[in-house]
Amino acid sequence: MTTPATELNSIIGAELDSDADQFLTFVLGAEEYGVDILRVQEIKGWDSVTPIPNTPEYIKGVINLRGTIVPIIDLRQRFNMPEVEYGPITVVIVLKIECADRDRIMGIVVDGVSDVYDVPPEEMKDAPDFGSVVDTEFVRGLATVDEKMIIILDIDHLLSGSEMQATDQLAE
Amino acid sequence: MQQFHQTFFEESFEGLDIMENELLNLDVGNADNESINTIFRSAHSIKGGSGTFGFTAIAEFTHVAETLLDEMRDGVRQVTQESVDLLLKSVDVMRDMLTVYKDGGDMDADNIATVQKELEDMLGAENAPQEITNSDSATDDTALTGWHISFHPHVEMLRTGNDPVRMIKALGELGDISIVADITALPAFADLNPEDSFLSWEITLTGDINKDDVVEVFDWVEDECDLDIHPLAADSGTTIVETQQTTNNALPATPSVGAPAQVTKQAPTKKGGGEAASIRVGIDKVDEIINLVGELVITQSMLGQIGGEIGSDESHNSSRMEKLLEGLAQLERNTREIQESVMRIRMLPISFVFSRVPRLVHDLSSKLDKKVELVTIGEGTELDKTVMEKIGDPMVHLVRNALDHGIETPAERLAAGKSETGTLTLNAYHKGGSIIIELSDDGAGINKAGVLNKARTNGLVGENETLSDDAINDLIFHPGLSTAETLSDVSGRGVGMDVVRKNIKSLGGSVRVDSTEGKGATFTIQLPLTLAILDGQLVKVANETFIVPLVSIIESIQVKSENLNRIAGKADLYKLRDEYIPVIRADHIFGMNKSHSELNDRLMVVVEGDGKKAGVIVDDLLAQQQVVIKSLETNYQRVDGLSGATILGDGTVALILDIPGIIDMYKEKGAPVPPAPVNPDGKDPDIADEAA
Amino acid sequence: MASILAVDDSASMRQMVSFTLKGAGYDVTEAKDGAEALQIAKSNSYNLVITDINMPNMDGITLTKELRSLPTYKFTPILTLTTESSADKKMAGKQAGATGWIVKPFNPDQLLATVKKVLG
Repeated sequence: MTTPATELNSIIGAELDSDADQFLTFVLGAEEYGVDILRVQEIKGWDSVTPIPNTPEYIKGVINLRGTIVPIIDLRQRFNMPEVEYGPITVVIVLKIECADRDRIMGIVVDGVSDVYDVPPEEMKDAPDFGSVVDTEFVRGLATVDEKMIIILDIDHLLSGSEMQATDQLAE
Repeated sequence: MQQFHQTFFEESFEGLDIMENELLNLDVGNADNESINTIFRSAHSIKGGSGTFGFTAIAEFTHVAETLLDEMRDGVRQVTQESVDLLLKSVDVMRDMLTVYKDGGDMDADNIATVQKELEDMLGAENAPQEITNSDSATDDTALTGWHISFHPHVEMLRTGNDPVRMIKALGELGDISIVADITALPAFADLNPEDSFLSWEITLTGDINKDDVVEVFDWVEDECDLDIHPLAADSGTTIVETQQTTNNALPATPSVGAPAQVTKQAPTKKGGGEAASIRVGIDKVDEIINLVGELVITQSMLGQIGGEIGSDESHNSSRMEKLLEGLAQLERNTREIQESVMRIRMLPISFVFSRVPRLVHDLSSKLDKKVELVTIGEGTELDKTVMEKIGDPMVHLVRNALDHGIETPAERLAAGKSETGTLTLNAYHKGGSIIIELSDDGAGINKAGVLNKARTNGLVGENETLSDDAINDLIFHPGLSTAETLSDVSGRGVGMDVVRKNIKSLGGSVRVDSTEGKGATFTIQLPLTLAILDGQLVKVANETFIVPLVSIIESIQVKSENLNRIAGKADLYKLRDEYIPVIRADHIFGMNKSHSELNDRLMVVVEGDGKKAGVIVDDLLAQQQVVIKSLETNYQRVDGLSGATILGDGTVALILDIPGIIDMYKEKGAPVPPAPVNPDGKDPDIADEAA
Repeated sequence: MASILAVDDSASMRQMVSFTLKGAGYDVTEAKDGAEALQIAKSNSYNLVITDINMPNMDGITLTKELRSLPTYKFTPILTLTTESSADKKMAGKQAGATGWIVKPFNPDQLLATVKKVLG
């Protein structure tokens, strides 16, 4: 299955690795997901959070990140997966999200962090509607690394999606 | 040159404000000359600056206004109301032009031309004095071969710091020169006064040189020397022997350089020997400091807390520990002082806002044919610069409203037994952690019947609903309720009272009105002194810590069930002395784990927001402290009922309650109240479940 | 390195004069009115004084007179900055003892040229 990008690359004999994007991968339940490493600001251990009233379940609350208030989102709940107990390897990945009006910092709670992989553009496949846990709206693509399938997330859509807009409108 | 523009704009706008202020305060019959001078100087500066920086349009316009002012200060022209009004108009034109230069956009050329013409007409005669050029320029001689110059400085020429040598050098740059010095006037050395000039020179300058250029060299000393310039005849022998220049140098005290000993310059000391100086600082620098100090406060708070924890543990007692605790206490004092000091940097007196009002009242009262006197009190009351910038527009609207709807025409006032001239009073003062601004007029007050009718027509108020006077008056802040029988172009168009309230609210403040029909109305604006720091009461609600702004708290009490009035299925009301206030269960409002619904003996914090009172049920009252306000919106978004967050001493986040917001939430969503107990013994069926 | 005292109540003018002359290697001290300038002049020494005429707290004409009465400034070049190109204003300066004048508006090059002429 070749994509136009792959074809083009083989025509011009492009160097594969120099174009590769790097992704930080993490585990949620049985599946492995990845986010663009350039968007990862830091990784923290899970610590207590201050809940915010009247917000969706998956927004756990906010934390103090060196003086800034940062919202924390539970991806399991976002994806409607069963909840788990947070444990010692539970991790918060702090991401920089690009929204319509400005950039925001948000954290996602995941089961654990895996690794960092290079994924050349031609290795990124489109995601068919494969009935996975995750709504394909949030999926940027699929990659195979070391015989594992990694679901690459589009975090901008994931976290700044329609519910943010809706609540912004309410605020007006 | 660009870099100086900013300063030029700032000081020019300030200058225009000064001009306007002085013009407004000018007593036409008995004008204060110092005042006129000040106005003149401001115009003069703006003209000079705009010319230098290339803003020619303003320079030209201002020049005409300045000429008028010059005549006034010289006593040549009388100060009349007409001229003052025209000058005020000119100030407006200059402001507009400056703004166009600063921010871009198009100039209103027609308006500028019109006003300029009016100024010129008033000046009557011809406008700008002609540039007086050197009288010799009419003759544009170009010497065939050169010029012969007789240069005889007067005795005292040196005393203006002019140096003949310099002039001769300048001539030398124009062409070839040969010089003969005449030393006949030199006295004996013993009688020589080095400050006087005794020499003269005959100079021959050859070359194709314009006479104007020669004259220009001696421009400054025209009156201090005898100068003769005539063209060289073609054959005028220029075999002139150069006399030794040394005679020149023999004169000690080459004056223009000054005594050598003093030429060694000292490092320039700071300017302004001891005078109270001010310095312009970019606001971003100030904000940065404030942020950093905020962080400092949080860190210090954390240390203080840890220190307290360790110190309370007996096993850690030691003299070192004591010293540490002392140090931490000192740190807390220092931090508090820095914080207060830094917050004061951004504080400016409210006179900056009040200063817009006199002009507004002046213009409006003449437009509306009303007589209004303006009284301002408390102009020195300080508030945060950012708050001040945003309170200007709402205040302007309130002033417009007072003049338009409040104060009656002189005829109406007389008929009502009042004096012809109405009074508008602005009063600002500090109260608690807020600044209060009162705007009172002695006009007609709010027409309650009219407002109520309109509200009923709009469906805001039920036909049979009765409202207290205060509630009726408060209706004017409701959107869609501009009482515009008089929809004049002054107010009531688009920008309504609802916008005023909204803007003030967004600053964390509130506005309300008190009115007595026939007597007048008073608008009271309450604003936080600063947007960054808050005095708060920490409370616990269902295991979470929240902050209630101290400024909203009236008192905290324990609920006594005999004062509770339950309205079936709808709400709880509490009888507090002589009024009933709604009871808001904070945990329910926030959708948190509902604690037991029994209210007796619970803690209730009585609060006030937007003129409305309520009682908020909390689980515990903790400490009172100053907190640094952090935004929820930076990375998340606005949340109803919360005005922000803060970081406590232990590093955790606590949410700050928005009291008016909570009261609104309660009214709109209603607090789900457990049904009245079914069991006769009064036990709430809910409790039984949760006891498990 | 010659030192210059620049006096003008307009901050933007002071900045421009200062910047232009400092750029040419002169030392420049600023003062915002005649009174301040006089104080500074008394405790320092300058090779040239450039002053505006219309200023609060002592105008340029008075400043010039005062400077000339100081022994150290008897012969120091003093130039007045004025938008008045009418003869009587220039004369007032001269009568007070000023060396010469510079007419506003001027551009930085004109300023530099004049200063160079005076200071050499």
